[in-house]
Amino acid sequence: MLEITPLHYSLLSAALFMIGVIGVLVRRNVIIIFMSIELILNAVNINLIALSDRLQDLAGQVFVVFVIAVAAAEAAVGLGIIIAFYRNKETVNIDEIQIMRW
Amino acid sequence: MDSIWLIPLLPGIGAAINGLVGIRFFGKRFAGVLASFMMGWALWLSLVAFWELLGTEERFHQVTVASWIPPIPLETVDGIGSFSVDWSFTLDPLSAMMLLVVTGIGFLIHIYSIGYIEHEPRGGVARFFCYLNLFCFFMLTLVLGSNFLVMFVGWEGVGLCSYLLIGYWYQKKSASDAGKKAFIVNRIGDWGFVLGVFLVFFTFGTLDFRAVAEAASHMPVETAAVGFGVISLICLCLFVGATGKSAQIPLYVWLPDAMEGPTPVSALIHAATMVTAGVYMVCRNAVLFTHAPMVMEVVAVVGVLTALVAATIGLVQTDIKRVLAYSTVSQLGYMFLATGVGAFGAAAFHLMTHAFFKALLFLGSGSVIHGMNEEQDMRRMGGLRQYMPVTALTMAIGAVAIAGIPPFSGFFSKDEILFRAYLHHGVFVPDKVLWGLGVVTAMLTAFYMFRLINMTFFGAYRGPAWGHDGAEAHGHDDAGHGRAWHGPHESPRWMTIPLVVLAVGAMLAGFVGVPIAFEAVWPWTATIEHFLHPSFVAEGAHAAEEAHHMSLLGELGLMAFSVLIAVGGIWFAYRNYVERPEEAERMAATFAGPHRVLTNKYYVDELYDATVVRGTMEGAGGLWTVDRRVVDGAVNGTGWTTIAAAWVSHILDKYVVDGLVNLTAWICGEASYVFRRAQTGLIQNYAFATLLGVFAFVTWYLVAR
Repeated sequence: MLEITPLHYSLLSAALFMIGVIGVLVRRNVIIIFMSIELILNAVNINLIALSDRLQDLAGQVFVVFVIAVAAAEAAVGLGIIIAFYRNKETVNIDEIQIMRW
Repeated sequence: MDSIWLIPLLPGIGAAINGLVGIRFFGKRFAGVLASFMMGWALWLSLVAFWELLGTEERFHQVTVASWIPPIPLETVDGIGSFSVDWSFTLDPLSAMMLLVVTGIGFLIHIYSIGYIEHEPRGGVARFFCYLNLFCFFMLTLVLGSNFLVMFVGWEGVGLCSYLLIGYWYQKKSASDAGKKAFIVNRIGDWGFVLGVFLVFFTFGTLDFRAVAEAASHMPVETAAVGFGVISLICLCLFVGATGKSAQIPLYVWLPDAMEGPTPVSALIHAATMVTAGVYMVCRNAVLFTHAPMVMEVVAVVGVLTALVAATIGLVQTDIKRVLAYSTVSQLGYMFLATGVGAFGAAAFHLMTHAFFKALLFLGSGSVIHGMNEEQDMRRMGGLRQYMPVTALTMAIGAVAIAGIPPFSGFFSKDEILFRAYLHHGVFVPDKVLWGLGVVTAMLTAFYMFRLINMTFFGAYRGPAWGHDGAEAHGHDDAGHGRAWHGPHESPRWMTIPLVVLAVGAMLAGFVGVPIAFEAVWPWTATIEHFLHPSFVAEGAHAAEEAHHMSLLGELGLMAFSVLIAVGGIWFAYRNYVERPEEAERMAATFAGPHRVLTNKYYVDELYDATVVRGTMEGAGGLWTVDRRVVDGAVNGTGWTTIAAAWVSHILDKYVVDGLVNLTAWICGEASYVFRRAQTGLIQNYAFATLLGVFAFVTWYLVAR
């Protein structure tokens, strides 16, 4: 049976991270981008947990709990912004959110 | 005697009450009685003070009420002196005599005014008495003041009251003009007076009369040999002041015009009291003047010339008050002649007798004017003695007194002056010339005075007719006071009683100064001269009174001569205006040229108009033009320059400064063209850039490690 080594976790984490990054960069829907950001965060979490286990240091896991808490807060605030935006512009297309442009 | 400060204050209080409350609330009679009561009280205090003064050995009493100007260091000829002035009053023989004259005559004239002014509106009466009381306040301050500055307060105050009272009927243009004229002409005199006072302080370091006299008595007499020194200059300046106040050449022109005021005012201010202030001031500074014989000569010459010129003008005037006005100028000239020849006692004596008979004559003329319904032209009078016997009799007594017929008062005082002028040895003027001019003036005086009496009270009545029913439609009536006129009538008792009292005074006042020549028959000779003498010499320097004697026969001869001259004048007037009235017109026609010159008062007013007044006006006009052209031009030029500069600045601002600012902004804008391409506003672009950055750093981290 193939043993799951920290390398596997790192690969999974890297893959997840890249998927998240590509999602953030290419998708136009803000909701999707938001979900992609969650992917990135969770990629980091996986990495932290794996290394915590490997190094036998609980600080990594504590950190992850913080990340999840902050991500939840971020999701709440972000979704609120999106709803407020949608009420104004009736769209969540990121290309049209460019009022800060020159 | 310590309450002499109350004497000026009482009329002052009366003036304040009448002025602040009376004009609105007091009845006519009450305002008059209040003012008269204050004057009566002041008269009583004056009599008491006079009596107490007679009881003292020193004959000098000074009361300091308060400090006025605290000591100030001020430059004098002896280095830095201390300039301090007190409100202090002096009672000495001279001021005591003046005190009695001012309060006595003032009181009588207040009483008289109650009757005279009764046709005025109610507030006008209170205003009149307010001014009259105020005048007495200032006049008494002038008389009692024991230094130059307190005297100056009174001096200016009486000038102010004179102005107010001359212009009492201010709706009348001529009256308000006359008031202004009096005020302005007096200002010229006051200028000299003030300069004199400055010089007194600079020279002596004090303004107190006694201290000045004391200091001056130690200085040399500035005779022609010694030269024209500082005392002479002081005296000359002071005399300029005296010519203004006392209406001497060249500043006499205001006094005849001052007759626009109500007649009691003319009597009190412009005959008896205020106009004698100049004489009083010269007498007060007798020590100074005796140290300046050259200025004394000037005073004497100006005095005698004024006496003569005014008397000649008086010969032909037809306005009853103007005759008296010129007579006043003339008599004041006599007083200055007396001071000029060193006879200060005689000047003061004449001042006193003149106050009596001239006040009497003025009040008499006021009574005539009142009875004739404001008619002042003697050509429209005549024969009035049957309508107003008291006035006629008292005025005749006044005329006899001024003409110098013994034993009336004018004889004694005028003869004393002429006698002293006869004995005088002048510096420049030949001996006896002053006397000769004085005698001529005496004759003219007798003539014009009896011309007045004859034209007014004798001969046929020439005035306007009147209706006995009081409903006549005569144009001249109702001009004065909207009441029907019932023909000439005697004045009310308020007016005749003062006349009688003054007439008694005019008869008897002379006996205080009987000439020494009458020693044999009248034991109390030259009383007033002895009494006044201490006022004319410095303290401590009790120089013996100079004896002015000539042979008894000569002195009596001089008197007889002047009496003869006076009688001649009276006879001439009688012949020309009573016996043969047509004679006067014939003479006027014969001497048409001189008559015209005299009627026009030597054209002095015209001369002053053409020179001083026109000069001032044109000068003012020129200055106005300068003001308009140069000063205004400069101001406007500055304005225009500012506008032009502002325009240039505006252009600079708009094109250069704004241009630079805009250029900077434009450059920034243009430069930013490249960079703003990066600001797409697309979040994903930014995120991508961030990612690239992260990759770059991570790569660099991994590789470079």
